[in-house]
Amino acid sequence: MYQLLDSRPQQTLPEKLWNINWGLVLLLAVIASIGFAMLYSAANGSWQPWAGKQAIRFGIALILMLGVALVDLRFWLRYSSAYIFYGVAVALLVWVDLHGHTGMGAQRWIDVGVLQLQPSEVMKVALVVALASYFHSMTPEEIGNPLWLIPPALLILVPALLVMKQPDLGTAMMLVLAGGAMFFLAGVRWWKFVIVLALGVGGAPIAWRFLRDYQKNRILNFLNPENDPLGAGYHSLQSKIAIGSGGFFGKGYMQGSQAHLSFLPEKQTDFIFTMMAEEWGLMGGLLLLALYTLVFVYGYAIAFRSRSQFGRLLALGITTNFFLYVFINTAMVMGLVPVVGVPLPLISYGGTAMLTVMFGFGLLMSVYVHRDTRIGRFGDAEY
Amino acid sequence: MSREDNRIPLLTRRAALFAGGQVALLATLAGRMYYLQVVQADRYAMLADENRINIRLVAPPRGRIVDRFGAILADNRPTYRVVLVAEQAGDIESTLKAVGTLIPLSETDRRRVLRDIRRKHSFVPVMIRENLSWEEMARIEVNTLELPGVSIEQGLIRHYPFGEEASHVLGYVAPVSEKELTGDDPLLELPDFRIGKKGIEKAYDLDLRGSAGTSQVEVNAFGRIVRELTREEGIAGQETVLSIDMALQEFAARRCAAEKSAACVLMDAWTGEVLAMVSSPGYDPSWFVSGMSQAAWEGIQNDQRTPLSNKAISGAYSPGSTFKPVVALAALEAGVITPETSFTCPGYFTLGDIQFHCWKKGGHGTVALRDAIKHSCDVYFYETGRRAGIDRMAAMATRMGLGAALGIDMPDERAGLIPTTQWKLGAKGVPWQLGETISASIGQSYVTATPLQLATMAARLITARAVVPRLTRAAGIMSSDSRGERADFPAIRVSPRDLRLVLDGMNAVVNEQGGTAFAARITEPGMQMGGKSGTSQVLHMTQAERERKLKLKDIAWERRDHALFISFAPVSAPRYVCAVVVEHGGETGGGGSAVAAPICRDVLLETQKRDPARRVPEHPFGAAPTVAQG
Repeated sequence: MYQLLDSRPQQTLPEKLWNINWGLVLLLAVIASIGFAMLYSAANGSWQPWAGKQAIRFGIALILMLGVALVDLRFWLRYSSAYIFYGVAVALLVWVDLHGHTGMGAQRWIDVGVLQLQPSEVMKVALVVALASYFHSMTPEEIGNPLWLIPPALLILVPALLVMKQPDLGTAMMLVLAGGAMFFLAGVRWWKFVIVLALGVGGAPIAWRFLRDYQKNRILNFLNPENDPLGAGYHSLQSKIAIGSGGFFGKGYMQGSQAHLSFLPEKQTDFIFTMMAEEWGLMGGLLLLALYTLVFVYGYAIAFRSRSQFGRLLALGITTNFFLYVFINTAMVMGLVPVVGVPLPLISYGGTAMLTVMFGFGLLMSVYVHRDTRIGRFGDAEY
Repeated sequence: MSREDNRIPLLTRRAALFAGGQVALLATLAGRMYYLQVVQADRYAMLADENRINIRLVAPPRGRIVDRFGAILADNRPTYRVVLVAEQAGDIESTLKAVGTLIPLSETDRRRVLRDIRRKHSFVPVMIRENLSWEEMARIEVNTLELPGVSIEQGLIRHYPFGEEASHVLGYVAPVSEKELTGDDPLLELPDFRIGKKGIEKAYDLDLRGSAGTSQVEVNAFGRIVRELTREEGIAGQETVLSIDMALQEFAARRCAAEKSAACVLMDAWTGEVLAMVSSPGYDPSWFVSGMSQAAWEGIQNDQRTPLSNKAISGAYSPGSTFKPVVALAALEAGVITPETSFTCPGYFTLGDIQFHCWKKGGHGTVALRDAIKHSCDVYFYETGRRAGIDRMAAMATRMGLGAALGIDMPDERAGLIPTTQWKLGAKGVPWQLGETISASIGQSYVTATPLQLATMAARLITARAVVPRLTRAAGIMSSDSRGERADFPAIRVSPRDLRLVLDGMNAVVNEQGGTAFAARITEPGMQMGGKSGTSQVLHMTQAERERKLKLKDIAWERRDHALFISFAPVSAPRYVCAVVVEHGGETGGGGSAVAAPICRDVLLETQKRDPARRVPEHPFGAAPTVAQG
């Protein structure tokens, strides 16, 4: 009987291309271009070593995104594709724990020739896909049953712990937050979150003991960075000085003294927003935040437009994940949260983050392209 | 369908909640940015400037020191050093080896460079060798293309063109020591800064130093200078004009250098200006500026002739018979003798059961004041001193500039000592003995004076004014307008008649047959000098030694008597005074008239020919070929 409702035939390739949300593609390209401009400035007015590479990566990532957008959304539900993707990401995490290269005191990346692959970045997308897939296939009654919540909880905890072990506190936190968001969106009851939160608060003193010294320092110095201006609080303080000294209109493109005189650490990666706020001031910073907000609006609009639970969960999960990237990074450089090593999506220099973020937008785009496709519990068309 | 219906409103509600939460968080971010970039913008802008702007001091050039006619005695010369910037050098070992083929480079230099490079940022220049000669500098400069990262830096170094000859007047500059870091002047903290340590360099250090300029430079987080923002030049140090006439200084220095250890002060009596001040042997001030070897330092430290001490102001000697004019004046003033009072000298003087000897065995017979001065009869002055008493002698000595530092504009001046009965009781706790008065009346006992004080005494004798010596000219370089100037010193309370008597005696010492210094007289008409010799015992010789008639060669140099002479010229209208002390009688062991008087003669003759108080030489020093060689 549902066949009647699904009157649309299978979309052809040109139709799919036509259905891609090109406005969002343009928006992403604008944001990425701002990133190129900042990387060009970070290298004192040179395409080397960052801006040029980043532009090429964005080009590749754009093609990847469009490719993913064209893949039928049901693909992720058939043949357990979502879980296989997730499984590969977990395997990479285990691999990186055993054999990975060390950077900043943590094992984080695998050298695969063309880029240094960070499995933790891949995991952020894979987790959203796996959880969307899981909750899509559940009835509200099943969601109400705590036993059915154990497998998705494990889906979150296993990679979170692996990432924590690297140790990468920021990414672990992001995985837990993004996963928790998926639980919430899927309809898990309020009180269950309250219980988990209470357990978390109760367990915090115990967890404190398992933190590495540098992680403890980061949290302590976050509370008062002026305490230790040359030690662990240095990054946070210099970042605030850079942002604050930018003022309303900024110091001018390529004129940021903090960034260009090396007072600002990691200006091409985690602290690139700081550099932007220093050179382009409050105006520039707010403009960038406005552009990101527009991306979030697109994300919500696409989610609400989707006719499948998987599509909605996936779109909201991707959007939430993207929001967490933006918020944690900018709040970190402004001294609102501890310095935790989360890049600014589309802008920070880094291959894996660019590819995985764009992969996520590919999925979002796919939700849009297949917005009218109704999907059964296990990926079958709901006829 | 029904399943979808149930799920959509729930998801929408919760998504809406999320959206609301995200809006709130974004608003927080915007608020935070507003707080940092608008509310706190000024504070952070200041902090950013503090980060990037470094204020560096620029040392001003040190003021020159010139003599009374403008001859340069101390100035600044460019100095070259070769430095290496590690980050530009590539292979440091091979670069150093290449430098080593051009200029001598010791193994210690090489190791120090490698150590410095390890310790410092790679962009900081590391000094390879300093004080390069012009030739060495040129060799490096020519080859800089093959020496990446190697460059020549130019600085300024203090230069003393006359070296040893003016060393004690000028003093020297040297690196600032820990205890001199008082914090009043930031210049002192510059690593290459040097300050005056002795002599004029120390006395006028603040004037010569000038004040610091500043350079604002932009630096990066590692301290590398990116560019200079502004530069404010400091105020160069002031030029200091000395009263010294370098031609006479050089003459006197060479003349004194003929003796083993001597001091000479030449003064313009009417202005108090010191024309020459020599302490021999001297030292080369450049040793202190650019460093000296350990061996050289120890050699100077252990030299019994004390080359580092300025004996002209820091050496306090028993004045011996040069003190006799003071004794005569005191006795004349007290009325205990008249010019005609005469005593008989049998060669000794008896006080109780102690015998005091006259220097002339067999005695001078009966002598009055004029002959007593002329022959320097000790017995006459024993009696004169006994009559006057120590306190009257001390009062006169004080008026003549002895017993207290004169306050010349130079550090390390000693006061000497003029004893009184009160002083003895206070310092030694025992009463003054009459026997000490007898010794004091020939300038022995506790009486000591510096060569500068002796010259000043001579100046006060001829001017009857409280002359105070100085080494600088407030009026600047001497011009034709300043010829024959006189300073306005207050008159001394002393009878002009008594002074005339004493000066007449001093004229006889030199210019009359039989005077103790007749052999050292000046024969040029109108340039004759007057004077008084002195020979002072360093150690009291025992009676036994005296009886054994110790041969001079048997007495160790440092135990021999000092030879002294004070003099003035020309006798007709005295202007210049000169005091000379030859420590331990010089090489020959002769007394004041034999060793010290000839130096006074030569110096005063040269001085009168040149007449620096009244005449400006046609050529500044060094250009004129007529300058006399000692």
